[in-house]
Amino acid sequence: MKSPYQIPTHQMFASDIYKNTLKEQILKNFFHKPIKYTYLYVDAWFNFAFGTKNNPLYHLGSLAFFLLWIVLISGLYIFVLFDTSITGAFQSVEYMTNEQWYLGGVMRSLHRYASDALVVVVLLHIIREFSLDRYRGFRWFSWFTGTPNLWLIILLGISGYWLVWDQLAQYVAIGSSQLLDALPMFSGAMSRNFLAGNLSDRFFTLMAFVHLLGLPVMLLFGLWIHVKRLTKVEVIVPRNLAIGSFLALLILSLIKPAISHSQADLNIIPAVLNLDWFYLNIYPVLDYFTAGEAWIVTILISTLLMIMPWLPIKRTPPAVVVDLNNCNGCSQCFEDCPFDAISMQSRTDGARWKMEPVVDPALCAACGICVGSCPYSNPARRSEVKLATGIDLPDKPIHEIRTATKTALNELKSAKVKIIIFACSHGVDATEINDQDVATITLPCTGMLPPAFIDYTLQRGADGVLISGCRSQDCYYRFGNRWLEKRIKGERTPILAKRVNRQDFDLVGYAETDKEKLLQNIEDIRQQVLARSES
Amino acid sequence: MKTGLRYILQVANYAIFMLIVWYFSVAPAYTHLEACQAVVVLSFGHAGQPISECRKRTPEELAALPPNMRNPTVCPRERSPIDVELLLDDKPLFVQTFNPQGVSGDWGIDVYQRFKIPRGKHNLKMRLKDSVRVKDFNYTHDVDIELKTAQLLVIDFQADKGGFSVK
Repeated sequence: MKSPYQIPTHQMFASDIYKNTLKEQILKNFFHKPIKYTYLYVDAWFNFAFGTKNNPLYHLGSLAFFLLWIVLISGLYIFVLFDTSITGAFQSVEYMTNEQWYLGGVMRSLHRYASDALVVVVLLHIIREFSLDRYRGFRWFSWFTGTPNLWLIILLGISGYWLVWDQLAQYVAIGSSQLLDALPMFSGAMSRNFLAGNLSDRFFTLMAFVHLLGLPVMLLFGLWIHVKRLTKVEVIVPRNLAIGSFLALLILSLIKPAISHSQADLNIIPAVLNLDWFYLNIYPVLDYFTAGEAWIVTILISTLLMIMPWLPIKRTPPAVVVDLNNCNGCSQCFEDCPFDAISMQSRTDGARWKMEPVVDPALCAACGICVGSCPYSNPARRSEVKLATGIDLPDKPIHEIRTATKTALNELKSAKVKIIIFACSHGVDATEINDQDVATITLPCTGMLPPAFIDYTLQRGADGVLISGCRSQDCYYRFGNRWLEKRIKGERTPILAKRVNRQDFDLVGYAETDKEKLLQNIEDIRQQVLARSES
Repeated sequence: MKTGLRYILQVANYAIFMLIVWYFSVAPAYTHLEACQAVVVLSFGHAGQPISECRKRTPEELAALPPNMRNPTVCPRERSPIDVELLLDDKPLFVQTFNPQGVSGDWGIDVYQRFKIPRGKHNLKMRLKDSVRVKDFNYTHDVDIELKTAQLLVIDFQADKGGFSVK
């Protein structure tokens, strides 16, 4: 519904997610957008079913850790019953599957299905980060270091299938040997191990060592590197999601327990195999292509995956700059930074404060969350001069946001209802709203908005303030909307002044596909203001 | 009502996820070998003979060497390429020349080749030549075999045990 008030929408800081270059537009329109929109609709569906706090798509990383825990604990139990010899391995697995089905069998099934679920979760994690463009720019490190972890997980799965020593294990072992033989260092010697009479317990023990210790330790190290540039890493999955996932895996384990093929026999060739396609999909390729060709394709895919953050390069805006003249060393910016870009050190300027923040520009995402956490970012300070704060974005300083707010309020002066939207540039594009009683000010992240701006805007004439961030729990910069919500609730500094009426503003979280919901929010505010003015 | 619906949807989502996990962990079944096939594997490690004959050093050559290195015989490091032929029912199944490995060409080779063969009776002829100094294949073997479904037949080669063997 068009508003009768003819006041131009004030726009500031238009979305800078994609630069207006051909490469960026191709990436956006042909690769990101189709997947992103599909993902966002599924995401909305999950939000309805699970609620935002338990939406599995927001916890894919911690869900992967949770599944790894299940794999680890079930694996430890299996190891107790497992016989690491060629003759004993199959029998010991059969014993736990059939004789001790109620515990050993369930543990084996949990081990299998949690491993499979892990691959699904990791693939969803990759698709999600890709479609939401959360792998380029300052995020290159996490993406780049994640790829080796994917292969480590696959190798763990493959080596696990060897240990059962059934016909599937035999097929996997021979296929793996063919792959290794294609490498110069093996050159044909590996496959000969798997001819009848050639295989020894020592080789089998080596494989058990690789699966039980070597690869898990490497994966643990890889995961540590993967999250190295993040703060407050969520490795604990929400309780409801953990319970639901575990129960689902347990029920599957009881209904469809993992079973083996026939015992391995090196005198015959396994003919029909129930492959685990999550882990063993490369082996059928060897029936159609040489091992060398399979290696080339694998290496090409891995390389492409790893260099994707530079296809094309996404330049991160200049890092935040500390102004010690306006810093009391409260360390809130250090507490709030999602990317470990800020550290605290002893004061260097001789001021009476003990500490000062130091920014590592290589890690800074230029999200501005630290600007929002600085107590000096209060717009009510020094109202007639340039607003200077303790830590600020060179490209989008806080005083420009204050200026934009003033300008917007001026433009809405003659409107019957004055609504100001502070919108993040990664959620729904609020700059497209053409209602004449609405002015939009775009921020890199709603976490950049000090709560005092809400008070400031309302004090200077706005009838309603709407803060539109990313979907709840899905902030592009991880914690922006969460920190702002806590600041508004008074749970995190800087807090919102208690005099501000909660009915005068709203904090919402929407994605690109949620424009209708944002319009509805605006209409609700408009109607509330009109109702109040009439009463 | 809405809460109940949400729980139902959660259960449905978990069920779909587990269905995907279970299905692709065992299915679709992959046929690695057709019911009417067996596999023949040619597998051996062997080093070709030196590329030329060893020769005796002359007294002058020996005198020029330090006393501890005066070996009267000198042999070339480089090995001969190895020609391998495998004929199934007199038709070529595998024909290849393997060059010696190593920077100086003085290493042996490892061969591992798999062939899917229809089950039934066949004739296998194996030939190997490991010296550039002989004209024809210096190792040959001819055998009639009867392959059963999914059987693995291994062709080995050990020069010190007379050459090819089939097991």
